[in-house]
Amino acid sequence: MISQRKNILRLDWVIILVYFLLLGFGIGNILSSSISGEEINIFDFSTLYGKQFFYALISLFFGFIAISIEVKFYERFSSIFYILSIVILVCLFFFGKRVNGALSWFSLAGFNLQPSEFVKITVALAVSKYISDFQTDLKNTIDQLKLFIIILIPIVIIIFQNDTGSSIVFLSLFFVLYREGISQNYVKSIFSIIVLSILSLKVSAPVTAILATLLIIFYYSFKKKVRNKIIKIISISSLSIITCFGTIFSYENILKNHQKNYIKVWLNLEKDPEKIKQMERTILYNLNESKKAISSGGVTGKGYLKGTRTMGNFVPAQHSDYIFSTVGEEWGFLGSVFIILLYTILITRIIYLSENQKNKFSRVYGYCTASILFIHFLINIGMVLGLTPTIGIPLPFLSYGGSSLIAFTLLLSIFLRLDGNKKNEW
Amino acid sequence: MRKILLFIIVITTSIVFTMRLFYLQVYASEPYSIYEDNAIRKVFTYPKRGYIYDRNNNLLVSNQPSYDVMIIPGLVKELDTLEFCDLLKISKTYFDNKIERTSRYSRRIPSVFLAHLSKEDYGFLAEKIRKFNGFYIQKRNLRQYNTKIGANVLGYVAEVNRSNLEKDNYYSQGDIIGKQGVELSYEKYLRGEKGIKFIQKDRFNRDIGSYNDGLNDKNSIAGNDLIITIDSELQEYGELLMLNKKGAIVAIEPSSGELLSLVSAPSYNPNLLVGRERSKNYFKLYKDIIYKPLIDKSLLSTFPAGSPFKVIVGLIALQENVINDKNTIFCGGEYIYGRNKKSMKCHCGGGYRNIYNAISESCNSYFADAYRKTISINNNISENFDMWSEGVKSFGLGNYLNNDLPIGKKGMIPNSEFYDRWYPDFRWGPTTNLSNSIGQGEILVTPIQLANMIATVANKGFYYTPHIIKQIQGDSIPLRFRQKNIIEIEKKYFDIIEVGLSKVYISGTGKLLNIPGIEICGKSGTAENFTKINGKKTQLTDHSIFVAYAPKNDPQIAIAVLVENGYYGSTWAGRISSLMIEKYLKGTISNKGIEKLVINKSLDEEYKKPFSDKPFKINKL
Repeated sequence: MISQRKNILRLDWVIILVYFLLLGFGIGNILSSSISGEEINIFDFSTLYGKQFFYALISLFFGFIAISIEVKFYERFSSIFYILSIVILVCLFFFGKRVNGALSWFSLAGFNLQPSEFVKITVALAVSKYISDFQTDLKNTIDQLKLFIIILIPIVIIIFQNDTGSSIVFLSLFFVLYREGISQNYVKSIFSIIVLSILSLKVSAPVTAILATLLIIFYYSFKKKVRNKIIKIISISSLSIITCFGTIFSYENILKNHQKNYIKVWLNLEKDPEKIKQMERTILYNLNESKKAISSGGVTGKGYLKGTRTMGNFVPAQHSDYIFSTVGEEWGFLGSVFIILLYTILITRIIYLSENQKNKFSRVYGYCTASILFIHFLINIGMVLGLTPTIGIPLPFLSYGGSSLIAFTLLLSIFLRLDGNKKNEW
Repeated sequence: MRKILLFIIVITTSIVFTMRLFYLQVYASEPYSIYEDNAIRKVFTYPKRGYIYDRNNNLLVSNQPSYDVMIIPGLVKELDTLEFCDLLKISKTYFDNKIERTSRYSRRIPSVFLAHLSKEDYGFLAEKIRKFNGFYIQKRNLRQYNTKIGANVLGYVAEVNRSNLEKDNYYSQGDIIGKQGVELSYEKYLRGEKGIKFIQKDRFNRDIGSYNDGLNDKNSIAGNDLIITIDSELQEYGELLMLNKKGAIVAIEPSSGELLSLVSAPSYNPNLLVGRERSKNYFKLYKDIIYKPLIDKSLLSTFPAGSPFKVIVGLIALQENVINDKNTIFCGGEYIYGRNKKSMKCHCGGGYRNIYNAISESCNSYFADAYRKTISINNNISENFDMWSEGVKSFGLGNYLNNDLPIGKKGMIPNSEFYDRWYPDFRWGPTTNLSNSIGQGEILVTPIQLANMIATVANKGFYYTPHIIKQIQGDSIPLRFRQKNIIEIEKKYFDIIEVGLSKVYISGTGKLLNIPGIEICGKSGTAENFTKINGKKTQLTDHSIFVAYAPKNDPQIAIAVLVENGYYGSTWAGRISSLMIEKYLKGTISNKGIEKLVINKSLDEEYKKPFSDKPFKINKL
């Protein structure tokens, strides 16, 4: 009993404070974005805000349990959790419910459960476990491959369930791999692929390919002491060329029309004014409305429950993926920056604490938590502000949704537990 | 590097987001205004427009309900066009046209589809309007004129146009604004303050309730009622007397500057410019190029003042002491002047003239002489002329009167600069522009200026700016109508002139215009005037002009009458003056014969002459 009390006292209060602030802010804004003039009753569970309040209570309950469990439990059972979660994901193909085209929901007693939200936790645990295993060497290609497979399995399943947005989240684990010593070349390659793809789409594939090749030749001709110069030049150049043309090929032939449109909007590719008009009524509509709502908030915002566009439900999905537009309209620049600050504090605090972990498992898991939260933060707010492509993933702790709230709470609670244990380790 | 990469990326992302938010919310954001927010529907509630009463509290203008069919093009669904057109009594072409035009304006904002439904049509439509998606009926107030007179004074209201919208942001599309007369001058009082309701819309443009619990809503404030200075009985009588004649009657109460009547002839029934037939009627009136009924002649006609102007010439000469009530000149039927022995004709009958009989007989020679003496009082002709010109202007001539009628003309009183431009060698003098002395030449006045001039004479040296407003509900009339404008001419000279003016009715040009029991002072005028026919300056029959005030000892009415191309001043304008004065002071007319003669007189033939394309003769009785 005494040791448990000590453990609780060692929890990181900064993270807990930020968590509660975000949680409260989230329920408040869901309330604002979902009512239109009727009486407010937080215990009315037929309303969105009532439900979210209920989910918050459940999340706290699960969070409390997660904090109470011994650290060893997570390490020991991570593989089992992982396999279990993959099995559940696969079960979706048979028992799942399709919502908005994505086959990612179980319908249980009136509540919808989205397993992919929880898979983030099990993958994080599995990755931590695998990396922290003393037999694993990240410089070893076989080990790298195994790690990739751990991450790729859920990605592939989720893509097949037509929920591309959720699958992208797992790519954030790359930050973890990099931190834990994967080769620099991966970073270089990923960076190059992103740049080449964007340039190919924005300018043109042949031009990009020629430029890339010239650049590679130029680079190697000035660099001394390189073995097999010619082979390296040829192989890297051909990879670049394949990337350029591959991008165009997959853009034209593999991506579906709506996905292509998202990229068109993001990179400003559409030049036909007729089509732009059409897009403004369809996919650009959300973005425009959300930008308008945010912009109309000004410096101080219109005040809580006074956002005209929020009250009028102008931004579709404003209680879930577009919740940040409500913040922007009702709380203005100051409120929005405050929220961004909270996320920045939360994520950097997790990174900081992770670096201080004595246990490698805890450190890697912390990194996984920070990376997953960050990618949600980046993609969601970036989308609402019109900076990143439109990808529908929730904003942690703020967006409406039971599964995501419970999952993020669990993700964070487990880290809090691991972090709270660091003084016991040596 | 491996330890801090994620950290750096997180911080960078936050900074980029903050910058983006700064751009969206601070830099590129316009200050929020609920009026500009398209998520809020603004519904205006229109107050009662103020009523207009005449000086005897007769209600002249009030309101009547009218119903407009409104359209929101974006909400229009398939409908039975035939039935709809039948209900509204419109053609299919009108329907198609209107749909197309309103859609082009806006698919979401309501536009007027059909204005001013009759009460019956409204009754039928009200039951069925729900069948037609995207249409609804909006009630608004129309003006109702309880009188047939004073169209020029009362003015009319109409929907705001683009320039109204740009000039004053009080107005929004479809609002009513005063366009002429009192409706325009006192628009701010009459309109009241419209109320506004803010209604929260959703993204499908549906109303979902009042915004912020209606805390931002404003109630409308009713417009103020007005009492105007017009005596509607006198106004009506004036319009009757002016039947089939072009011209104007302006009657002023000298002691207050209140306009008792402001007749522009021919007039029209103000109710013509209300309701659905408005534009048709307007166009009809607009097309009448002979009579131009839409032009308010009491304010806009400019013409040579003619003999009434001699009153001012005489007053200034007396004040400058170049003449007095004793000296005389001999008039031999013409006034010879200048090196080339030019002559100015005089119709006074000849003989010795002093100031009294010069006025009563309207002797040109006497006033030509007086004018010449005034301008050449010393060698500085330019200065003398400007002094004279300022003196004339102090009577309210040659400039806008600064009254409360929205239109007007300056008329023309020249100054020395004017002649310097005409005669660049500066070789001009009183003889160059001698015809100014008898109100011809460069002198141009409007009827209201002339009436104000004679009111000033009646007051013996001051006037109140003529005005149409008598009382504003809840406010006082503008200060400028309560302040005297004082003329720098001594009262004793006005007394001298008054003797002459009263002599007009005893032995002069107006001796046939007497009214038993009322002592009138007046002056006739006959003004030459010209028009252009096919680019050629052509003289028309003289304008008949008369100014008068009565009773002599306590002037209650000062009047100026212009009958265009009526020839002698005393013939028509003089008779009309007397009838008006009698009507106002006594209420009844003693000489019904003259009244009948005036009413039945038509100058139609005279007005058609310039348009006949044939040569014609002028100045025939």
